[in-house]
Amino acid sequence: MSDMVHTPDEMMTIAASRALKNDDVCFVGIGAPSAACNVARLTHAPDITLIYESGTIGTAPDVLPLSIGDGELCDTAVTTVAVPEMFRYWLQGGRITIGFLGAAQLDRFGNINTTVIGDYANPKTRLPGGGGAPEIAGSSREIFITMKQSLRGMVEKIDFFTSFGHGEGGDHRQRLGIETQGPTLLITDLAIWRPDPETKEFTVVSIHPGVTREDVQATCGWTVKFADRIEETPPPTDLELKTLRDLKARTKAAHQGQPDPGKAA
Amino acid sequence: MAKFQPLADAVLENLNDGDVVAFEGFTHLIPHAAAHEAIRQGKKDLTIIRMTPDLIYDQLIGMGMVKRMIFSYAGNPGVGLLRRMRDAVENGWPQALELEEHSHAAMANAYEAGAAGLPCAVFRGYRGAELAKVNSNVRSVACPFTGEVLAAVPAVRPDVAFIHAQKADRKGNVLIEGILGVQKEAVLAATRSVVTVEEIVDDLNAHPNACLLPDWTVGTICLVPGGAHPSYAHGYYVRDNAYYIAWDKIASDREAFLSWMKENVLDATPEDFGGRVGKLRSAA
Repeated sequence: MSDMVHTPDEMMTIAASRALKNDDVCFVGIGAPSAACNVARLTHAPDITLIYESGTIGTAPDVLPLSIGDGELCDTAVTTVAVPEMFRYWLQGGRITIGFLGAAQLDRFGNINTTVIGDYANPKTRLPGGGGAPEIAGSSREIFITMKQSLRGMVEKIDFFTSFGHGEGGDHRQRLGIETQGPTLLITDLAIWRPDPETKEFTVVSIHPGVTREDVQATCGWTVKFADRIEETPPPTDLELKTLRDLKARTKAAHQGQPDPGKAA
Repeated sequence: MAKFQPLADAVLENLNDGDVVAFEGFTHLIPHAAAHEAIRQGKKDLTIIRMTPDLIYDQLIGMGMVKRMIFSYAGNPGVGLLRRMRDAVENGWPQALELEEHSHAAMANAYEAGAAGLPCAVFRGYRGAELAKVNSNVRSVACPFTGEVLAAVPAVRPDVAFIHAQKADRKGNVLIEGILGVQKEAVLAATRSVVTVEEIVDDLNAHPNACLLPDWTVGTICLVPGGAHPSYAHGYYVRDNAYYIAWDKIASDREAFLSWMKENVLDATPEDFGGRVGKLRSAA
């Protein structure tokens, strides 16, 4: 246990990193998943294969990429393949053990919306869209999801089914002919959730240190289901926290040049 | 053998009002200089295709040149949303924008089908995904051998594709190294193509599998050093991440956007790109 005080964000990233194994082949979403995957690689999972959708396979960046295609990812990769090959041979081919996704909107069954807030044809907010996520969600053997809790983000009903999780729950995936497991883990800034074996509803199985059940419910738009036995998430170790903070510091230094979008360089 | 032309001539000859055009690049080697030339020439009613429309498509849309966009992820990666595209979709400014939206897997497969001369792409995808309900070009087909139901989308066949590459030799053979995206597929799928390059050399000096496009598959080569900026050219200059972060604010306001476009695009030239990457070269 660390004497250093950690933030909820840091706890989320570190708890997510612990879920990855040394022999995993992980398709990495940008943002929070990218930080967690690289902390795992820099601590307990040095041989993990990290794959970004730009085609970089077995990448080991020294700083977190701003986009999924920064040069750092290619420079440190075992190999880089074209994007059609990435999606056809590597993802569709069933070679990914964990697809690690973030979400703008999430429901209790792990369905994700990153497309629109409001009506599709006349949206209140037009979000970027699915990118690789719809097929990552379908073809990876398991899906991990990480996001900060909020009433806007964790909702009773998502506005658009960008990526299919467990649908209406139960055996909905099997009924659609989807053979992969779908979402098996949700890591938020407050808790760790796993789907109920029968209903597939995300259920809190571990609460982070200093967080109460009320905190978890207050920032979640559906009525939260808690497991019969709930653990307390072990706090970050000194090594985990230092690894994450060093990574963030290197990243910040690398991305913050002087903005110079004008024509005179 | 490919034709060698100044960029302004290549855009004038190859891009027409109403065309279906792809300016491809997957974070790496995005053909910014070519898109800026299209903006200076004021092309209209374009259908623009790209997996990851980012800043240049935000700019084309904001300048009122686009009627329809076919895409799979429209964001400023790692920064946020595309604010000019949002303004067009949410408020119809400066004009309404039709969207045909796919997933990355669908677009990558559709480009590959285009390059392969097939009418459609077949893949395992879109299961449970709502895009299949709002996009009539997402359909399904049963495997004649196993009966498995697979997704099908039409091939992408642009009138013209623009890409940026590191090198061409004097015949026009094109080398790309690093993240490859779908540029090879885009050029082979398109009727016409324009490739801007960092340099033109006597010998590509590449290993036996590295030449991406032989000269006879390429329409026109244009020498535009720095032509991918603020995207990057692997081995030449790094991605200008600070620029991507700064774009978010520029694009958030219509007036700020228009005055930035006047200063940095309408009143600029392809030769300005070389100066923009000066200090990014040392980090490559």
